[in-house]
Amino acid sequence: MSSSTVNWFRYSSPASFFPLAGKLVPWFAAAAALLSVLGLWLGLVVAPTDAQQGDTYRIIFIHVPAAWMSMFIYLVMAFWSALALMFNTRLSAMMVQALAPTGALFTFIALVSGSLWGRPAWGTYWAWDARMTSELILLFLYFGYLALHAAIADSRRADRASAVLVLVGVVNVPIIYFSVKWWNTLHQGATVSLTAAPRMAAVMLTAMLIMSLAAWFYAIAVTLLRVQAVILEREGRAAWALNLAGAE
Amino acid sequence: MLVAEDLAAQRGNALLFEGVQFSLRPGAAMFVSGPNGSGKTTLLRTAAGLTRALRGRLFWDGSAVDPFASILRAVTLFIGHPTALKDELTAEENLASLVSLHGAPAEAESLAAALTEWSLARQRRLPARALSQGQRRRVALARLRLLTRPLWILDEPLTALDAAGVAALRGVVGEHLAGGGMALIATHQEFAPVGGTSQSLRLQ
Amino acid sequence: MNEATLRAAPLANDSAWGGVSWAVARDLKLALRSRAELGVQLLFYVIVVTLFPLGIGPDPATLRTLGPGVLWVAALLASLLALPRLFAADFADGTLEQIALSPYPLPALVSGKIVAHWLATGAPLVALSPLLALQFGLDGGEIGVLVTGLLLGTPTLSLLGAIGAALTLGVRGSGALLALLILPLYVPILIFGAGAVESLRAGLVPGAQLSILAAGLLAAIVGAPLACAAAVHIALD
Repeated sequence: MSSSTVNWFRYSSPASFFPLAGKLVPWFAAAAALLSVLGLWLGLVVAPTDAQQGDTYRIIFIHVPAAWMSMFIYLVMAFWSALALMFNTRLSAMMVQALAPTGALFTFIALVSGSLWGRPAWGTYWAWDARMTSELILLFLYFGYLALHAAIADSRRADRASAVLVLVGVVNVPIIYFSVKWWNTLHQGATVSLTAAPRMAAVMLTAMLIMSLAAWFYAIAVTLLRVQAVILEREGRAAWALNLAGAE
Repeated sequence: MLVAEDLAAQRGNALLFEGVQFSLRPGAAMFVSGPNGSGKTTLLRTAAGLTRALRGRLFWDGSAVDPFASILRAVTLFIGHPTALKDELTAEENLASLVSLHGAPAEAESLAAALTEWSLARQRRLPARALSQGQRRRVALARLRLLTRPLWILDEPLTALDAAGVAALRGVVGEHLAGGGMALIATHQEFAPVGGTSQSLRLQ
Repeated sequence: MNEATLRAAPLANDSAWGGVSWAVARDLKLALRSRAELGVQLLFYVIVVTLFPLGIGPDPATLRTLGPGVLWVAALLASLLALPRLFAADFADGTLEQIALSPYPLPALVSGKIVAHWLATGAPLVALSPLLALQFGLDGGEIGVLVTGLLLGTPTLSLLGAIGAALTLGVRGSGALLALLILPLYVPILIFGAGAVESLRAGLVPGAQLSILAAGLLAAIVGAPLACAAAVHIALD
């Protein structure tokens, strides 16, 4: 057990994490590519046409994984933010900074795909239903993080301030979701879930899970790449980085 | 006793200073000097516990202290470069406010006495916006008399002070040192307080 | 005074209540001396509310439907406008450093500032809202629910907004940035506040929504000063 503790802390400095990240990226990228090919084949080709929605429902294989990832990434950001504030570690804050753009991207994809789904299914691109509205507010939370981090010149202060913001946000996300859901029922009467997925055949569920896994691995690969860029941006003049550049 | 070990600080990505260490014992004053931008204010703010140093540690009476540690706040009187006066309050109200902020009672007689000592008797009831820079500095320094703290950290206290003001400060600091207090003072010009021992630290 | 006396000097008063009362007293005194600034912020509320009928048309039925939402949104925006005055002046003149170094606990001092801030900016807004609600044709019962909601909600707006104000201290473009950071957090308060009036109109008792607002206020009273104190420490770093 003690050797694994030593290993853990060895990678907690940006200098030692940098090469590790570099080694991991190709594996996750390849896994993501393979899984998405499999998932899309299952979802677009194998899964049967739905009786009510025809083939347009197939966009859930993009929409649902994207929505799940948008929420999950925010939680992961909150985890790293808590670490950054408690232990004052630079790498934790860099992880938050690396995750945010991907989280925002998934949120955006979820919104666009949900909107595209809504059009053929219900005749309108945006119908203010609970999930989509909450997703939109989540996008604002991501933008808020990115804007705050970019606006503060001193990187250490930017890290800590945006970490506090993420933690305040993560506490509020369930409250926001609950309130929007209530708002929706108040104004629409019966709960009409705008983007109700068709009754799930087993192959549809499998396809969705595989696509979610693909999205997760993609997110990991891209985040590791981005954290390398962040590390270089902050510590590019340090001895270890110059050595690395010189050796290549 | 305040001890600093191997302090380093940076602003943005540039290193301001590193390897700074000192011990400040009761009865001693340390004068920190250096060119503009050398990190005097940063060093003083680190010693006051307002900011965390990049490296190194700070110790009070043997125990390590983190920024904003309650023990450090209880023993320190920090007077920074901005005077912390509100334009809308009078000199007397400003002084009362700053003194009661640090937990001491703000009685009218002691406030009046402190202001008189700093030649501000006639300006007592004037709003701070009507005071000159030198007068504002004196109001800020007037609380040295009214708060009892072992450690004084003063950042450029001589700014805008005339000769009489400098003399008054020398006297106040000297009495503080004679009573067993210590002072960490950033200044361009060294001023010898009356009594106590002096050390200097020069930042490059 | 010798060394023994210096050491034996009583440790300064450091109770939480002392911190709250210091901050409330000082900030209220300062607010009273800058009444013009506060008047302007109140006028902003009135102007924003007046813009809606001008943009939508004076049809009484439409205005009645929109009234609660409009009044709440305007309250959110007016609240947002007033937030920077909580910390910006103290940050600029060095007082915030002194506050952070005080023996009083910082969350207590911050709470006091927020209380004073609400008394100076939120309470007048709540007091004015019945008059503005009449312009939208709300009846007595609806006005009662609206005012109760605002009374419970505007302090929460101040508490949450204070966190944003502390995080954006000294930052370029902080006004718009503050709006981006805080408005998503304001959404639940808006929903339950305006929704309470809607509930009343639908024939229900708005007790649930008002209770939720009250619970939110309690949670904010406990959590916001701590988050705000952390943000102030970060801003002073």
